[in-house]
Amino acid sequence: MSDTTPKKAPFSMQIDPALFEPATAEEKKQQEVMSESTTFLKDSMKKLMRNPLAVFSIVVLAFILIVIIVAPLVVPYGYSEILKYNGMKDKTAMNLAPFQYSANEQKYMAENGVTLFPHIFGTDELSRDYFIRVVYGTRVSLAVGFFASLIVLVIGVLYGSISGYCGGRVDLIMMRIVDVIYSLPDMLVIILLSVVLKELLDGSKGIIARLGTNMVSIFIVFGMLYWVGMARLVRGQILSVKENEYVLAAKSIGTSSPRIIRRHILPNCLSVIIITTALQIPSAIFTESFLSFIGLGVAAPMPSLGSLANAARQGMQSYPYKLMFPALMICLIVLALNLLGDGLRDALDPKLRK
Amino acid sequence: MARYIVKRVFLAVVTVFIITLITFFTMNAIPGGPFNSEKASSPQVRAALEKRYNLDKPLPEQYIIYMKGLLHGDMGISTKNGRDIGETIRESFKVSATIGGMAALLAIITGIILGSLAALRRNTFIDRLIVFFSTLSTAVPSFVLATLLLYFFCIRLGWVQVWDANHHNYVLPVISLALYPTAYITRLTKTSMLDVLNQDYIRTARAKGVARFHVIFKHALRNALIPVITYVGPMLASILTGSMVVESIFTIGGLGSKFVTGINNRDYPMIMGTTIFLAVLMVTMNLISDIVYKLVDPRITFD
Repeated sequence: MSDTTPKKAPFSMQIDPALFEPATAEEKKQQEVMSESTTFLKDSMKKLMRNPLAVFSIVVLAFILIVIIVAPLVVPYGYSEILKYNGMKDKTAMNLAPFQYSANEQKYMAENGVTLFPHIFGTDELSRDYFIRVVYGTRVSLAVGFFASLIVLVIGVLYGSISGYCGGRVDLIMMRIVDVIYSLPDMLVIILLSVVLKELLDGSKGIIARLGTNMVSIFIVFGMLYWVGMARLVRGQILSVKENEYVLAAKSIGTSSPRIIRRHILPNCLSVIIITTALQIPSAIFTESFLSFIGLGVAAPMPSLGSLANAARQGMQSYPYKLMFPALMICLIVLALNLLGDGLRDALDPKLRK
Repeated sequence: MARYIVKRVFLAVVTVFIITLITFFTMNAIPGGPFNSEKASSPQVRAALEKRYNLDKPLPEQYIIYMKGLLHGDMGISTKNGRDIGETIRESFKVSATIGGMAALLAIITGIILGSLAALRRNTFIDRLIVFFSTLSTAVPSFVLATLLLYFFCIRLGWVQVWDANHHNYVLPVISLALYPTAYITRLTKTSMLDVLNQDYIRTARAKGVARFHVIFKHALRNALIPVITYVGPMLASILTGSMVVESIFTIGGLGSKFVTGINNRDYPMIMGTTIFLAVLMVTMNLISDIVYKLVDPRITFD
C-alpha cells in the first residue's frame, strides 16, 4: 500500500486503483462491438449471399445467361436454318438424336476430313439444329419475362404511388378501377386480347414487325392486366410510409410532392418493389409458355420454350427427349427465379415472409 | 358487414358487365367474320346468314340484342353448327367441373395434410422433403406435367387408357391440374400453421393439459386454415383456365377446348357464352371466398 492512496473509511465505495491493471490492446479491441457501418443494400446483399439456395439460383441463372449469350456466337447454325447438303435440304438430317450426324454430313466429313459442329440436342423435324433453337427459345422466354416485368414495374409503381400519395377521392376512383381489373379472369382476357392484337398488328411494319406481333401483344397484355398487383402493393406501402414524421417535416419546409415521392417515399418502398418484380418474372415466363403452347405466343420460326414443347408433343412417341429439353429449361429457370425471389424477400424484408 | 357484402356484389356485377363489353368488342375487332371461311357460299347466302345472326346491324345494337337475350337466359346459337350455346356449355361444363372439382378437392386435402405435417415436424427430414417437392412442383407448368404423365403412363407403361368417348379416365388430368395448387396450399398451410403454433393460446391449451390431438385439430388447424380459404377462389379460377391446355392434351371435350375452338372459328356466340360463363363463375367464387374469409375471421377489415 502506497501513501498516495487516500485513507479509506470502512464500508466506503471508494475503489482502490492499485487493484486494477491497464487493458492490453487486444482486450481493448474486444470492446469494439460496433461493426463497420453498412448501407441497406450492402447489408441485404450480404444476407442474400449467406442463403445457399439463393446463391445456387444465381449461379444457375448466370450459367444459363452465359450459355444463351455465347452459344449463338459459337454454334454455326441459325435458329431457323434448315440444314442443307449441296444446296438441297438435307433430308437425312431430320430428327437426329443428340450428337448424331446425318448420313450426308458423315459422308461430307469423311470426304473432306473435317469435323462439323455437333448437333448437341440433335435436330428437329425440319432438319434444324435443336440446341440452337432451345437457346433462342430460352432467350425469347427470358426476354419476355424480363420486359413484361419491367412494364408491370413502371406502370404499377407510377399508378400506385400517385393513388397512394394523393389519397381521398382520386385514390378511391383509381382503386375501384384496379379492383375491376383485378377481378377479371386474366387467362381468358389474355387469350382473347392476344388473338385480337395478333390479327390487328400483323400488317404493321418497323419495330413491331421486327419484334414479332405476338411478342408485342404479350407485352401489351401484361401492361394492361398485370400491373394491378404491383399498384396495390405500392399504394399500401406508400399509405403507411406517408404517415412518418420525416414526410411531414419535408412537407412543412415546402418540398414539392414529386420530390417527396421520389426522395422520401419510394426509397422506403424499394424492397417490396424489388421482391414483387423478381417474382413477376417467373410468372410472366409461365404465362408466355402457356400462350405459346396453345399457339398464341411468339410467331414461328422464332422459337420459345412453350412453342418448342408444343412442337415436341407431336413426336412424343419416338423422340421423347425433345420435350425434355425445353420443359426442363422452363422448370429450371422458373425454379431458380422463384428461389432467388424468396431469397431476396428474406434478405430485404424478413417481415414479409409468409 | 352487410354494407361490405352489398359493395362486393355490386363490384362483381360491374366486373361481369365490363367483361361482356370487353369480350364483345374485342371479339368483333378480330378481322374476319364467322362466315368468311365458307368459300362456297354466295354473297346472298352470306347476307342471309348474317341477317339471321343479326350481324348486319351496327355493333352497339348487336350488343344490346345479345344482352337482352342473355338476361332472359338465352345465349344464342352457335354460328358454326347451329346448336344452342347454353346447351353446349352445360354439357361441356359437366366434364370440366368434374375434373376441376376433383382436382380442387385433391389439392385442398393433400395440401392441408402435407402443410400441417411439415409444420408439426418442423426441421425434420419429412419437412425438408415436403418443402423440396412443393418448391419443385411450383416450377412445373401444367402442360409439361400433363404431357409427361400421358407419355409415361399411357404410352410407355400402358397403365392408363387414353381418354375417349367410352373410357373416361380422370386420374391423369386431375393430377396434372392439382399439382400446382397442391404445392401452393402446402406452403400456405405450413407458414400459417407455424404462425398459429407460436400463439399464446396454443401454449395455454398445452399447459392446461389438452391432448395433443385436440390441440392440433381444435385449436391450431382451425385457425391455420383461414388463409387457405382466401386461396380457394383464385385456385378454382386457375384450375378452370388451366384446364384448357390439359383438356387439349388429353383430348377431353371440356369448356376450355370449346373456348379455344370458338375463337378459331370466329363463333361469336360461343366466345361470348364461354367467356361470360367462366367469368361469372370466377367472380362468384372470388366473392364467396372473400365473404367467407371475413365471416370466419372477424378481425379482418377490408376498406
